[in-house]
Amino acid sequence: MKTTITVNGEARTLDLDPRTTLLDALREHLRLTGTKKGCDHGQCGACTVLVNGVRINSCLSLAVMHDGDEVTTVEGLGTPERLHPLQQAFLTEDAFQCGYCTPGQLCSAVGMLSELEAGLPSHVTPDVAARPEPSDEEIRERMSGNICRCSAYPQIVAAIRRAREVMA
Amino acid sequence: MRPFTYERASDPQAAVKAAAETPGAKFIAGGTNLLDLMKLEIERPAHLIDVGRLPLAGIEDAPDGGLRIGAMASNSKVAADRRVRERYPVLAQAIVSGASGQLRNKASTGGNLLQRTRCPYFYDTTKPCNKREPGAGCAALEGLNREAAILGTSFACIAVHPSDMAVAMVALDAEVETLAPSGQARRFPLMELHRLPGETPHIETHLTPGELITAVVLPPPPEGGQLYRKARDRASYATALSSVAVAGGRIALGGVAHKPWRAVNAEAALAQGASPQEAMQAELADAVSAGENEFKITLTARLGAATIEQAGGRR
Repeated sequence: MKTTITVNGEARTLDLDPRTTLLDALREHLRLTGTKKGCDHGQCGACTVLVNGVRINSCLSLAVMHDGDEVTTVEGLGTPERLHPLQQAFLTEDAFQCGYCTPGQLCSAVGMLSELEAGLPSHVTPDVAARPEPSDEEIRERMSGNICRCSAYPQIVAAIRRAREVMA
Repeated sequence: MRPFTYERASDPQAAVKAAAETPGAKFIAGGTNLLDLMKLEIERPAHLIDVGRLPLAGIEDAPDGGLRIGAMASNSKVAADRRVRERYPVLAQAIVSGASGQLRNKASTGGNLLQRTRCPYFYDTTKPCNKREPGAGCAALEGLNREAAILGTSFACIAVHPSDMAVAMVALDAEVETLAPSGQARRFPLMELHRLPGETPHIETHLTPGELITAVVLPPPPEGGQLYRKARDRASYATALSSVAVAGGRIALGGVAHKPWRAVNAEAALAQGASPQEAMQAELADAVSAGENEFKITLTARLGAATIEQAGGRR
């Protein structure tokens, strides 16, 4: 099936088996291997990308469902010369060990900070009708869909907190 | 994944018509549960009808003071809606207690209601499961059944419905709107959508073939406090061992049955002046343990009583 997806600002047209997930389209067809395949079942978050600015698990979505969508992967966040504030903060805070979950953590954090900025409630928000505070507890809860086998969680929270302050 | 053909539905009528005319067709909206199961070849649709872009994602005020939530509205969108957060806090609380941020961004309202159980034997294709393969038997009865149901079970199935959202909606007395391939629309209580397992646990709802959920309608918020509480093995991103939604005088339980469980006996007991503890005892009088899940009876009694008490002090 002919499918056109704008990936990191560039329109890409692919002819895909309908079974192809968005994750496999990115990795196998467009050779954008920054987005990682961890569990392939939506449990680990390594495949997180932004679709029209919203974070999703690219492994649980068919590429053909994204015809006309705008996808941002870790390759679209920053460049080695000009890092995204979150990428810089992950380096500063040493927020990874093996690095396999990091692209998903970064894309998830970008989406999560927009959600927090927009005032979306979370499970730890004391009053769902009130504006949530950008606390460490909120960051931890909102990032629970991203697993880090190396357990860099304290540094990941610190990096997100730092990046949020830089970006504000 | 087994091969399938794919089409994007242009309007709801075309979607239900295609579903009725195409053998092995299934609707796909967010896809977060269906694609997971298709990868495991537990779901094997021959044809997918993508309903995700149908104009059914709006959340509108209903004329009676209630709220009409389009079936394609994402879980995140519903939880973020100001009217939901202010007038139906139990629903926002239930939604954000389920899944992860990424999944809630993709999962639809209709799809959440129709998600399949997370019973480990439903997922393990090397073990018998009446839900996956009718007549095969149920490995959970004698197996690892810590997460299994305690209410409304049968000899064929002790699986639980995993939704948090649906539990709050049942406590809110929500109704579902559907469209059938005949073109006929109908509206009925959400409480009547899901079935108990009986001898046919593979038939999970009262929807007719090809019938599409188009909306969930909430009546005006009830008088009294609202609260959703959930007990689970991890602090986040885990399904409920037991959950309780209270909306005024109405109570629903999650993680304990094949469907979101409306606690009518507890409601009646409370209305007659019983204490929250007595009300939960009344509801759980018929609860049955499968072995490892016996703790759920005590857990649900305590969680239910505590939630009823706490909700009383809330708006």
